[in-house]
Amino acid sequence: MLNRLSVKQVKNGLKEKRFSSLEVTKACLDAIRKTDEKLHSFVTVSEEEALRDAKNADEKISKGEDAPLQGIPLAIKDNFLTKGIRTTASSKILDEFMPTYDATVVLKLKDAGMVILGKTNMDAWAHGSSTETSDYGATRNPWDISKLPGGSSGGSAAAVAAHQTIAAIGSETAGSIRQPASWCGVVGLKPTYGRVSRYGIVAMGSSLDSAGPITKTVEDSALILSVLAGKDPKDATTSPLKLKLKIESDIKGLRIGVSPQYFINGIDPEVESGVKNAVKTFKELGAEIKELELFDPNYAIDVYTIIQRSEVSSNLARYDGIRFGKDRSYFGEEAKRRIMLGTYALSSGYYDQYYNKAQKVRAIIIEDFRKAFEKVDVIIAPTSPSLPLPVGSTKDSSMFGELADVLVEPSSIAGLSGINIPVGFSSSGLPIGAQIIGPQFQENAILGFAKSFEENTQNAAWRKNEPSFTEVSKGKPNL
Amino acid sequence: MKINVKNVARLANLPVSIDEEKKFEKQLEETLTYIENLNEVDTTEVKPADNVTGLTNITREDIVEPSLSQEEALRNTKSTHRGFFKVKGILDAK
Amino acid sequence: MKYEAVIGLEVHVELKTKSKMFCSCTADYFGKEPNTHTCPVCLGLPGALPVPNRTAIEWCIMIGLALNCEIPLYSKFDRKNYFYPDLAKGYQISQYDEPFCKKGSIELSNGKKIGLTRVHMEEDTGKLLHETIGDEKVTLIDFNRSGVPLVEIVTEPHFKSSEDVVEYLKKLQQIVRYLGVSNADMERGDMRLEPNISLRPVGSSDLPKYKVEIKNINSFKFVSKAIEYELNRQEEILEKGETPAQETRGFVEASNSTVSQRTKEEASDYRYFPDPDIPPFRWTADYIEELKKQIPELPHVKVARFKKDYSLNDYDSEILTRDNALSSYFEKSVEIGSKKGILPKQIANALINKAVDPENVSPEELVEQITVSNQTTSLSDDDLNRIINNVLKQNKKAVEDYKKGKENAIMFLVGQVMRQFPEKIDADKVKASLLAKIK
Repeated sequence: MLNRLSVKQVKNGLKEKRFSSLEVTKACLDAIRKTDEKLHSFVTVSEEEALRDAKNADEKISKGEDAPLQGIPLAIKDNFLTKGIRTTASSKILDEFMPTYDATVVLKLKDAGMVILGKTNMDAWAHGSSTETSDYGATRNPWDISKLPGGSSGGSAAAVAAHQTIAAIGSETAGSIRQPASWCGVVGLKPTYGRVSRYGIVAMGSSLDSAGPITKTVEDSALILSVLAGKDPKDATTSPLKLKLKIESDIKGLRIGVSPQYFINGIDPEVESGVKNAVKTFKELGAEIKELELFDPNYAIDVYTIIQRSEVSSNLARYDGIRFGKDRSYFGEEAKRRIMLGTYALSSGYYDQYYNKAQKVRAIIIEDFRKAFEKVDVIIAPTSPSLPLPVGSTKDSSMFGELADVLVEPSSIAGLSGINIPVGFSSSGLPIGAQIIGPQFQENAILGFAKSFEENTQNAAWRKNEPSFTEVSKGKPNL
Repeated sequence: MKINVKNVARLANLPVSIDEEKKFEKQLEETLTYIENLNEVDTTEVKPADNVTGLTNITREDIVEPSLSQEEALRNTKSTHRGFFKVKGILDAK
Repeated sequence: MKYEAVIGLEVHVELKTKSKMFCSCTADYFGKEPNTHTCPVCLGLPGALPVPNRTAIEWCIMIGLALNCEIPLYSKFDRKNYFYPDLAKGYQISQYDEPFCKKGSIELSNGKKIGLTRVHMEEDTGKLLHETIGDEKVTLIDFNRSGVPLVEIVTEPHFKSSEDVVEYLKKLQQIVRYLGVSNADMERGDMRLEPNISLRPVGSSDLPKYKVEIKNINSFKFVSKAIEYELNRQEEILEKGETPAQETRGFVEASNSTVSQRTKEEASDYRYFPDPDIPPFRWTADYIEELKKQIPELPHVKVARFKKDYSLNDYDSEILTRDNALSSYFEKSVEIGSKKGILPKQIANALINKAVDPENVSPEELVEQITVSNQTTSLSDDDLNRIINNVLKQNKKAVEDYKKGKENAIMFLVGQVMRQFPEKIDADKVKASLLAKIK
């Protein structure tokens, strides 16, 4: 059961020599073997590399060499390039793509001593919020395998929830870490845009993409962030600002903004009450709750749709089948749709109407948040307006992702940091997540609130829930 | 809003079948209709956002570092000839 | 009807930075094995990101400053989207509406000012090779050149003749060489030019409704040829009452003509947008001043100074300032020579008459040579006359022979004169003096 541990717990266990990295790694690989047929969290399991890394780590540990993630098994979303391990971004175009270099994030994790378990499934090219648009088949939600895990980092979120790994790395353009974390009941941190290098991540929306950890605990999230964060000379958009490492879970007197605009029409009532209960908990912990008027998140859908599609149309131009990969006829429908819309939005005569207009509204959204953070320290809102949706929900809905991500898009557009934390379960046994949004480059603030909530709900009954790995909604609960 | 899907597909260098053409036309028009409400936002006095981090003047020193070997550069394609990438002959009409 | 030419020019200059524009691969790609100078960035691999080369940007701005451009304090890179096998990323990083430099000018010798629209920075593409393997036509691609920094200099349509175009190009080439930022070698492709040409009735000030862009020109000689050919071709069409097609044409060396490559109707829609991978640039006026200070004395300033300081004529000054190395050599020689009473004009003559090869003779040696020849002449002017008179008196027969047409008789006389001097003296000078006296 070593695979059930958190990063912190594994670290301690390794330090105290209660078990080896190889044992933890084998436990994870076992769990993957047992459950991945049902879940399909992984596109590639790198067993050989994992065992090699684990042995190396054990050797280093025996020599007393320490590193922040020494011997910790991790799963990496399949849009991070891994030298020598196939990287597909869940698209058949890259079916046989063998990277000749490591993403900066992967290099940092390697330097920190990680054991790489494999590459996790995602919506092809990260285009989606379901992980069912993967060319390698859908990932299922471990709490109810008739449901979607969310996406695009659905494989990473499901793998963490199902204890196939100790922790995982995901990436988010707008919601792709927070939303699947919410649907899978785990902690998902989207750092500030520019906090973590994008070098070596298959680009989606270049002005939005952000990489971050998906973990079992808030503490693990902070630890992995400290490894990932920092200026990268290979990514001109990374910031030199230093990450504040101290996470303060005492939130007494701090101000939380709650915006009625984020409890949108049609929100699932159980999600609404779950998040409002969490707000109540924060109030009991001494935080001051302030009602906050925020710019209507529905406009963020428009801004996001235009900017992201435009950037996608250009970012996917390099996939011409000449230097690597298969030719452009292998693009799936969703990618084609996005490329076409972006191409149209940038084409002669439409630039001002679409791209430029969207960047102007984006400036308004940025300014709106700036003003909000003069009044409050963080903002709390539902991560997703709905509970996990059934497998098949995305069929022929060209705006599925945008609607699922309406509450995470504004903060992504503004490049802010945000974290999803599990706050409870629905009556049907599905996770409910709340997001805490903070100002740029103040991950320590949102992590502090998240940690405070986690510490104070540690003994709540819902914390004992276990993923079912079955189709709960179809009447086959195994609890 | 009428999209010339064929022209957009040509610009995007995407092979699109006739069936897809019809489907995309409908879907893209739906999306464009969906985002039309952006026009409700008054942006007359607003400058477009450029980089959310506020970073400027990011450059690197003019220093040479090792390149990939020819073998590495060509590793992910099967279509090569004498160290070149090879494609079907194109008229040099650029 | 009488027509006048309306010609504008786009010139691409490849910078000689050590590394490429957006990655650390060496920019020295010429003649190297294919695809040995690439990395994830210039090969357009998934996930790779560009980081701009500071030196290249500074050089671009210095070119702009040298061309009297305004340097806006805000600038950015944009993506120019189009598909071609030599373009690794499916877009070229270039500059669209906020180039590093705007609105410059170059003055030609006839006093005409050629306006520059803009000077901007971009990256080069890979190189294509069209071959037939077996019976299959293929295109081979080498990405060594992909990402090498290019500066594009765009003029207003201010040229009216091919002579002006060539003079402009030579001036431009000289300036970038002076700045030391490019070899600007046309044959190697360091400097590439695309004229756009049209005609309008004399007296009209409207821009013509069409323009023809010419590609594939790789020497100054061919620019003239291409322009002349194109002007004739267009005039013929206009004379028929038709309008030439708006198109791109390629110059064909073999026939000194141009052929249609593609019409503008099917031209690409480049879908420019700001490159989200590269934060924008905000310069301070101080920074631009700093760059200005790094600009060496430019050719036209140097010409004026040479005329004034060294009392040289236009011709000498022009020649000596053609390239920086020659003018430095000249000035060094003048400095050394001044201590020995040697005039700048004497040094200029020696250099212009190619009496010495600056590659093999140091300025010190040049000055020494001039000093020696000065000594022999000044010492001997009177002596020489006296001795020549004596020799002529004593060798009347030889003089007669020469007058009758015996050419080699003169060499006999030269020998006689030279024997009277203990040291070696200038035979040409002796011969000249002898001839002057005989005639």
